[in-house]
Amino acid sequence: MAASLFPPNLENKILLVYLEQEQGQLEGVSLELLAKGRELVDQMNQFESSSKWKVSGLLLGDQVEGLATLAIACGADEIHLAEHPLLQNFTIEAYSRAAFQVVMETRAGVFLLGATPDGRDLAGRLAVRLRTGLNADCTGLEMEAENGILVSEISGFGGGVLAMIQMQQHRPQMATVRPGVFSALDPDPHRTGKVIQIEVDLTPEMVHTRLVERSVGHGVDLRKVPVLVAGGRGMHGDFDTLRKLAQQLGGEVGATRPPVDEGHIERERQIGQTGVVCSPRIAICCGISGAFHFVVGIEKAGNVIAINSDPQASIFESADYCVLGDVHQLIPALIAELEKQGWSASSSDEGRGIADREAAYA
Amino acid sequence: MPELCSVVCVKVVPKPEEVRVDPQTRLLDRLNARSEINPPDMNALEMALGLKDRYGGTINLLSMGPVSFEPYLRVGLAMGCDHIYLLSDRAFAGADTLATTYTLAQAIHKLGGADLVFCGEESSDGATGQVPSGLAEWLGIAQLTLLIEIDADTEHGLARGRREIKGGYEILEVPLPCVVSVKTAANEPRFMDYRIKDWAFEPLAAGRPGRVTIWSAGDLDADPQCIGLNGSPTWVSALAQAPSRDRKHIFIEGSSAEIAVQLVKLIQDNL
Repeated sequence: MAASLFPPNLENKILLVYLEQEQGQLEGVSLELLAKGRELVDQMNQFESSSKWKVSGLLLGDQVEGLATLAIACGADEIHLAEHPLLQNFTIEAYSRAAFQVVMETRAGVFLLGATPDGRDLAGRLAVRLRTGLNADCTGLEMEAENGILVSEISGFGGGVLAMIQMQQHRPQMATVRPGVFSALDPDPHRTGKVIQIEVDLTPEMVHTRLVERSVGHGVDLRKVPVLVAGGRGMHGDFDTLRKLAQQLGGEVGATRPPVDEGHIERERQIGQTGVVCSPRIAICCGISGAFHFVVGIEKAGNVIAINSDPQASIFESADYCVLGDVHQLIPALIAELEKQGWSASSSDEGRGIADREAAYA
Repeated sequence: MPELCSVVCVKVVPKPEEVRVDPQTRLLDRLNARSEINPPDMNALEMALGLKDRYGGTINLLSMGPVSFEPYLRVGLAMGCDHIYLLSDRAFAGADTLATTYTLAQAIHKLGGADLVFCGEESSDGATGQVPSGLAEWLGIAQLTLLIEIDADTEHGLARGRREIKGGYEILEVPLPCVVSVKTAANEPRFMDYRIKDWAFEPLAAGRPGRVTIWSAGDLDADPQCIGLNGSPTWVSALAQAPSRDRKHIFIEGSSAEIAVQLVKLIQDNL
């Protein structure tokens, strides 16, 4: 087998996390990876007190040093920071070059990235450049304390089967991790760490990708919403009703794949294996059959309410509260009852708008 | 304007809606599922065909797998592709991302390269989505990923693509050649052209130049240490059942209004 650029016996005990940033904000998945990295490294060091694994962040950009403080507060021991005008926007050429340099200088044993569009592009390039393996879109990570082997969990297609993937002879052990599977730590301002400045040699000729136009919205992050109202094929495209319900409950609307493919709702609201994995306190599943691809996306929900007219629908196997009936009657009835009890869609109204409820949590 | 030479990489997968999970073993029953071209790859194929409609040129379909995949790939010919290259050899089997991208890159080299190499966003069976950029790295060329639209300018050697990201969009431009990954459902793949269907499904015959070429490992200038299981650093160390969460399965009954009252109470109690 062809070897990676550096072998296991030359690795350093560094778990490197790619800190993805956009306009001065760290991506949520990067903070989640710092938290998981912290946990894994603490376990390793506890198992063998002479072991000195550390969590390092890889931060690339232009004038982004301020983010290093947040990354340290969220679990990093040190930050490798490369700042350069050509790193202001993500281009695969500049970012892969800078990241490659840091990986080779640190000889990190483990390198984790978020499975975001840019994270996937970067990981795919770097794994080939480093001649190492890549575990993609992982839903779990563990490290074997005795040998530092990373074991990545990947959910197999369609079925309820999980595959554990690892590699022995190649370094770094790379993985991209799906956003939302781990939880970030609350920032601890007392945590300390050092920032290591990296000089990167980039020239405009190296960058082949030209950004012609860009307009980025805020998007929606379904991973952390308190209430998820999800619709499937059984909604027959009627997402307006679900939006109203979601608004009353202070939640957001999600969907299975078919309504997304049919254009009834934005792709960023797709829940499940190839979409978002979310952890609402309540998930209300409307007209959803309950295929495994979808169900993995609500596995972490506190309580699941399912409404479906088919008594055989497998969604009921994944629900706490099951309602056998027509969504087109039941959802309007639910909306009416909420209104009657003072749950107003516009939170500033009198009564028990969600803003008041959220204030009560704070 | 010079004509475009495109390669579309496709994978043949079992139809997801026909793959059943055994409720006892929770294992996949693939045997009774029919196969198809991975749906995201059909979007890649359609994007390539759209450029061919506009600018002419040739499209080669490239796939890896057993010879039995050939009939599924011929759908591509009937849609307007020019030739199929199927990489079929036991030595290719068991390939992970590194070995797969290497093998595809060697095949593209053997084809003499391409202006555009199209891939689907991900495969419906693996959904890893890491092949396009790995392939671009082996080929040493630029990439445009997750595109919903593309235009090419062979005169100036440029490709320009639009992608939807983070609640917005961006338009990127790269020099040709480049690898393009296409967002799932970016377009509506065309139907087969029935005027060329007979031609597309004409069986392979000895002594006649066919539209399907099957290459074994020996046909590629490939390092045996870099292909298949041999060339794959990662391995599956364990398979486990996905833990299913215990849910309460309480059925709520009554009229719509009565159910609504109960649901509101449940929501209040659990929020």
